[in-house]
Amino acid sequence: MSMTMAETEVSKGFIDVRDMGVTFGANDNKVVAVDNVSLNVQPGEFVSLIGPSGCGKSTLLSIVAGFVKPTRGEALLDGKAITKPGSDRGVVFQQYSLFPWLSVRKNVEFGLKMAGVEQSKRNTTARALLDLAGLLSFENHYPDQLSGGMKQRIGIVRALATSPQVLLMDEPFGALDTQTRVVMQEILTNIWQQFRISVLFITHDIEESIFLSDRIYVMTARPGRIKAVIKVPLPRPRTAEMTDTPEFMNLVQELKGLIREESLAAMAPEIKDRGLSGFGMKVGPKGVGEIF
Amino acid sequence: MGSTATAKIVALPMVDKHADPEPVAVEVKASAAQMSAAEIPVPEPEPIPTVSLTKVFLGLLGYVTRERMITALLACISIGALFLFWYLGTKYRLEFYIRFKNVPTPYEVYQQLTLVGLSNKYLFNIAISVRRILLGFMIATIIGVPLGLAIGKYERVRDFFMPVVEIMRPIPAIAWVPMSIMLWPNNEASIVFITFIGAFFPILLNTIHGVHSLDGVLVRAARCLGASEIRLFMNVILPGSLPHIFTGLAVGMGVAWVSLIAAEMISGQFGVGYFTWEAYSLVDYPAIVLGMITIGVLGLACSGIIRMVGVLLMPWLAFAPGGRR
Repeated sequence: MSMTMAETEVSKGFIDVRDMGVTFGANDNKVVAVDNVSLNVQPGEFVSLIGPSGCGKSTLLSIVAGFVKPTRGEALLDGKAITKPGSDRGVVFQQYSLFPWLSVRKNVEFGLKMAGVEQSKRNTTARALLDLAGLLSFENHYPDQLSGGMKQRIGIVRALATSPQVLLMDEPFGALDTQTRVVMQEILTNIWQQFRISVLFITHDIEESIFLSDRIYVMTARPGRIKAVIKVPLPRPRTAEMTDTPEFMNLVQELKGLIREESLAAMAPEIKDRGLSGFGMKVGPKGVGEIF
Repeated sequence: MGSTATAKIVALPMVDKHADPEPVAVEVKASAAQMSAAEIPVPEPEPIPTVSLTKVFLGLLGYVTRERMITALLACISIGALFLFWYLGTKYRLEFYIRFKNVPTPYEVYQQLTLVGLSNKYLFNIAISVRRILLGFMIATIIGVPLGLAIGKYERVRDFFMPVVEIMRPIPAIAWVPMSIMLWPNNEASIVFITFIGAFFPILLNTIHGVHSLDGVLVRAARCLGASEIRLFMNVILPGSLPHIFTGLAVGMGVAWVSLIAAEMISGQFGVGYFTWEAYSLVDYPAIVLGMITIGVLGLACSGIIRMVGVLLMPWLAFAPGGRR
């Protein structure tokens, strides 16, 4: 009995992206943002998508969230095609995106209110989640009274309030300072550990992706393709001390190598196109000298 | 206050260190248990935050009153200077391009106020004007805000309405007077219509602007949280545009008064504008100034009420970056 319960729980929240292609604009202004990407997030898995800026990773997340329709391929959640946004997918944005006119608690209640849950039940759930985020004493504050880290913690529990099957996070800690970021990563692993839902996490921070993820997809520069998939064998629960272990360092080195090529390619596509030495330190004054 | 502060202290380390995948409900119970346990050994957790809060509050109060005193002082000086200029001008019958020859003195106007101020005629004129303003302004709000929200949100609605709006908008409300008299069955309706025209466009355009300046990520966030179209309007687009809507209401109220007084002067029976124009026809100079001051005070009161409603309806703006507008 309990086995079947566990199975049904685990089988929810399977994200499957197949042969995805996204093209913006038409004719001369055509930009291929994402090209032939397939990826998946297993139920309850924490997956990061990492790549240089402009590689289309946010576009991919927008498709899974239901904001953007792909030009080719399809995105499925538990076997069903994703066509529009819905509360089965919680989204956390880089910009804090809290409603400034609602108190902290009302922000967390928002999804439940939209689902027609009665006031007293909304209140109980929101307070439990705020307690989890360590922000219960701020329940009646307005978002503008809080720091960036606090706002993003609220953003996370607000997305969790409707018990979604997956959580989509678009560089959620990108606007935070380094210290806050590290603490937020720990808080997120703890929250994820308790909810056990699938997470698709967009970032360009290598350490962040390793610390949080079970698997990491590395994307190429535009047009975005999947360059590599890295498994993170570090045990759970993750702690801050793990970032000093050799295994962690090795993974950082490996990912740095992969990303560096792509960052350079993203920065200097023209140079690459002209057939000059495109990568690494060779692109320097000498390379520019050849052009003129 | 004391208990919620304790709850926070208990909750924080739990989030950081807790590793077991337990459901949320259990977590909350545990925190409640720890909370009551934590409260037993500490005999008086209440006074500490209360005292500091009171101190903060008093400090804030002191700061605010001092700021307000300066504000009030400057206001008194500026209004005083205006009256002083008026007083000196009329006392010495100033004639330096502008002519104070026929301008009544402040005292004459004051006498006029005591003479006429409590008369039924004067109060009746005020009541009539206020009724026209309220009617015109309310109709403009009821039509302008929903229409503005729809135009701001939907491109097709915008494409349909904006050409008409753009043509009508530059026509000042006063230019509507002759047409309005032809259009409406009676004088009262035509004046209310002109007041409506004055208030309508600022309200409409500011509402549209409010929708456009709403952060798109909030709309996307609401959609992800399962908001249907109607709920999106009521719970996100309307409150999100509210600051701009209130700017529109304040501007609209000002223009409504301008339009009302002009309409009353041209075509009116009764009303403060009519009162002022009648005084001019009857060469009753102090009554002209009394009429003008009445208009000023009524306009001030109306925008004051709008501002007050705005503050009550949008408490979050006190904390917004840049503070209150």
